[in-house]
Amino acid sequence: MFLTFLTFLPLVGAIILAFIPRIEEGAIKQTALAFAVADFLLSLLLWTNFDSSTHQMQFEYNVPWITTWGISYHVGIDGISLLLYVMTTFLTMISIIASWGITKYIREYMMAFLALSTGMLGVFISLDMFLFYFFWEFQLVPMYIIIGVWGGPRRIYAAVKFFLYTAFGSLLMLVAIIWIYLAIKEQTGVATTDLMFITEHLDIPLTPQKWLFMAFFLAFAIKVPMFPFHTWLPDAHVEAPTAGSVILAAVLLKMGTYGFFRFNLPLFPYASHELLPMIAGLSIIGIIYGALVSLVQEDLKKLVAYSSVSHLGFVMLGIFAFNHYGMQGALLQNINHGISTGALFLLVGIIYDRRHTRLISEFGGLAKVMPKYAICFMIIALSSIGLPGTNGFVGEFLILLGVFEVSGIWAAAATSGVIFAACYILWMFQRVMFQKLENPKNESLPDMNCRELITIVPLIILVFWIGLYPKPFLKTFHASVEHLLTRVHPDNFRPGKPHLEHAQLIKKEDIARLNEQLNGGKH
Amino acid sequence: MEPIPAPSIDLVSLAPVLVLTVFGIMVLVTDLFIGKNKSALVFISLTGLLMAAISSLAKYDLPVYSFNGAYIVDHLSVFFTFIFCISSALAILVSIDFNQREGIKVGEYYSLILFCTVGMVLLASSTDMIMIFLGIEIVSICLYVLAGIRRNDPKSNEAALKYFLLGAFATGFLLYGMALIYGATGSTKLTIIAEMIREGSVRSEPLMLMGVVLLIIGFGFKVASVPFHMWAPDVYQGAPTPVTAFMAVGPKAATLAAFFRVFAETMPEISPSWGILLYILSVLSMFIGNLGAIMQTNIKRLLAFSSVAHVGYLLIAIIAKNSLGSASLMFYMLAYAFMIFGAFGIVILIGRKGDENLEIENYSGLAYKHPILALSMTIFLLSLGGLPPLAGFVAKFYIFSAALKEGFVVLVVLAVLNSAISFYYYLKVVVYMYMKEPIKEFNITLSPMTLFVVAIALFGTLHLGIFPGPIIALAQY
Repeated sequence: MFLTFLTFLPLVGAIILAFIPRIEEGAIKQTALAFAVADFLLSLLLWTNFDSSTHQMQFEYNVPWITTWGISYHVGIDGISLLLYVMTTFLTMISIIASWGITKYIREYMMAFLALSTGMLGVFISLDMFLFYFFWEFQLVPMYIIIGVWGGPRRIYAAVKFFLYTAFGSLLMLVAIIWIYLAIKEQTGVATTDLMFITEHLDIPLTPQKWLFMAFFLAFAIKVPMFPFHTWLPDAHVEAPTAGSVILAAVLLKMGTYGFFRFNLPLFPYASHELLPMIAGLSIIGIIYGALVSLVQEDLKKLVAYSSVSHLGFVMLGIFAFNHYGMQGALLQNINHGISTGALFLLVGIIYDRRHTRLISEFGGLAKVMPKYAICFMIIALSSIGLPGTNGFVGEFLILLGVFEVSGIWAAAATSGVIFAACYILWMFQRVMFQKLENPKNESLPDMNCRELITIVPLIILVFWIGLYPKPFLKTFHASVEHLLTRVHPDNFRPGKPHLEHAQLIKKEDIARLNEQLNGGKH
Repeated sequence: MEPIPAPSIDLVSLAPVLVLTVFGIMVLVTDLFIGKNKSALVFISLTGLLMAAISSLAKYDLPVYSFNGAYIVDHLSVFFTFIFCISSALAILVSIDFNQREGIKVGEYYSLILFCTVGMVLLASSTDMIMIFLGIEIVSICLYVLAGIRRNDPKSNEAALKYFLLGAFATGFLLYGMALIYGATGSTKLTIIAEMIREGSVRSEPLMLMGVVLLIIGFGFKVASVPFHMWAPDVYQGAPTPVTAFMAVGPKAATLAAFFRVFAETMPEISPSWGILLYILSVLSMFIGNLGAIMQTNIKRLLAFSSVAHVGYLLIAIIAKNSLGSASLMFYMLAYAFMIFGAFGIVILIGRKGDENLEIENYSGLAYKHPILALSMTIFLLSLGGLPPLAGFVAKFYIFSAALKEGFVVLVVLAVLNSAISFYYYLKVVVYMYMKEPIKEFNITLSPMTLFVVAIALFGTLHLGIFPGPIIALAQY
């Protein structure tokens, strides 16, 4: 019940905002912020009361919703979703502070943002496939409106592209959900869309399992976005307003990786193993491609957008390493990317507010006029590269450790992505911050003000906190990751009694090979 | 010589039809005695619809056959009767202000809607092909007149004439198909035809198969499925907007109900032969409807093409031919009634006298002048596209489950693809409303009755989307 309250609190805020007259801009902003802060602070209670020794769902709430179809409103949180949930409330708060300067239709803006928050939070707690789909699509509309109304010059194109890409992917997921719903009804006689029940009891032969995996994969891969489904991302990021970009990068993309944890791996373990080469290949291509494309970008926001493709490639690779390090790293890197890239977008937004351009060539020598800005930028840039002592290092190191146990070549290829990341970030930093201050327009830029510092400093604290003492974060993942790993372990594949012939499809040597891989990761 | 036995007459099962006919005649008669103010007629019509809906519940222990097995009161027919009464009531309510604005001052208007509803109830309840024909004709003739009710407007006349010519042509096909099936089976009763098919003697009879093909063409015309949809955009555009909304829901639902009875319930054994045809019609309707809608600049034409696409989705329920299929058909049509009346209600509010403000461009910046209207329109359009948590999503979910249960995976994937395409043009309207600056003053008179309809539609769309449980339970009964 508490979880439901937290999730719908922002929506309540949005509804209350609708009754505040449009003239009262101050009151509108303060109310929105009050709701966001309250939601964040209360969500911290989840973390402090979270029992990290178990993989079981916590703060569960389960009431029937559409009884004729066995659909229930079932929510809960485990180690995989807890930090994503808290990060969402946290970044919603930061985004609202960062949006203080919006002047156009401020009330509608704040309403859209709070509604978006509810949609995102709902995605992370849904334990019913129908409910999940419900929230998954629900958050599309506010984001679409945020990009389309408050975005840049090509906002309409970007917004429609964002919407259609995501809708297309998720509709195929819907077909898969219905298929599973009918399959579980046939196998167990229970008509339900409850994810926990389905994960426990679903037995599907390999061929349909692959198809279903692909349907879910498409929905999530578009969201992540994995190469080659990433083309909506640069457009959406470049056109979205600053806070929209922050949420898009920090939370919306994580819904994709979260989907793999919650659906693809536990529901289709065998298909996950079978399709591993494809996913690893696409991830590695994404890592290198994203980094190389970032290198040549002239627009700061585009650069950060493409770097997301690269970073999320790491996360995907970590998930599909199928060992403890890889998965923990992937989960942590999820959070790290939210912090670092979110902060990068905020920083780009700060400079954009002052100059109304994001072209790297327009800047140079900013460190002289904006020293505070330069320091913040430096810290975040280094965390994005993964310098030891910052959060990025811990995540990437764990992922690479996990990947290395599976394949040295993959790890080597992925590591090259880290090197490229250093190249594009540092080169960009050099061109923007150092060199001579040549452009006269840059001479009198004011440094960061108090409000802007409030948005960045908490993120910087987190950068160091996770970088130096990641244990509290890793601890929350531990039990859930262990559980998931046993679930996807080849020993535990359940080819199912009705489909005995499929048991023989898993060849002995395959099992041995997979065993070797997985046991390697369990030191 | 033995006297021809007269069938037992069961007036109770015929109650909704009788009530509607009586009230229709009452409207006509009252019209003669009242002056210019026609609001009494509205009141009579609405009472009639309400009583018809209540009287449809007169029979228990469904299904009940009467008139020698030509008429049935079963779950499908009762549910559909409710849909008809709701949609006709909404049509009457949105017409009040519209008629005032456009100067349509004829009392027949309301009685025609009632008579049309009579036809729909007959259509959804008949289990005899002659009755089906009768129902279709009653519905069609009322609609021909309604489409042309703006006598001085050439567009309205064009719509009526086009509709009449093509509709009459389609009726020919339908009748011919019925005749051939009668030739093959020796009966017009669906129950007897079903039995003959079950026995297998007529399954591969060429007459039977020809009849099936002709029936599909006839029904295809009436529900405006591709390739028999050519009349729909012109008629939808030319007809007065409330009539367009009315046409898009009630008559279509009635024809689909009969369609379901004739094919899915009567001939499941020969489903490979008609299934493949419907499959093609469904896929074509979805693709051509959606792709056609993308190119439209007129909101009524856009909705017309989208309704062609929706017929494509609805045909899937017939192809699935299971109990989920009929239940999903019912739920979809109910949801569709709310969405369509909501969307057309807004079109009526935005529209000005003489077909002004019907271009999508005219919606530019609506969100800043009338945020509630724009939000409602967005909800209706997204619901038509099938976005949760709206009624259209649950309806699609329902139809897709019916089809997947029978293993039509490819068909469902195609349908899903089409839903994605459809978002493009529904969003186009949203883009104009939210993301463009107004090009001129809206000058909207917020007529209370139309607003009331929009409010009902909004409630229906959200309620069926968020708490569909009770209605699903009724449909699945």
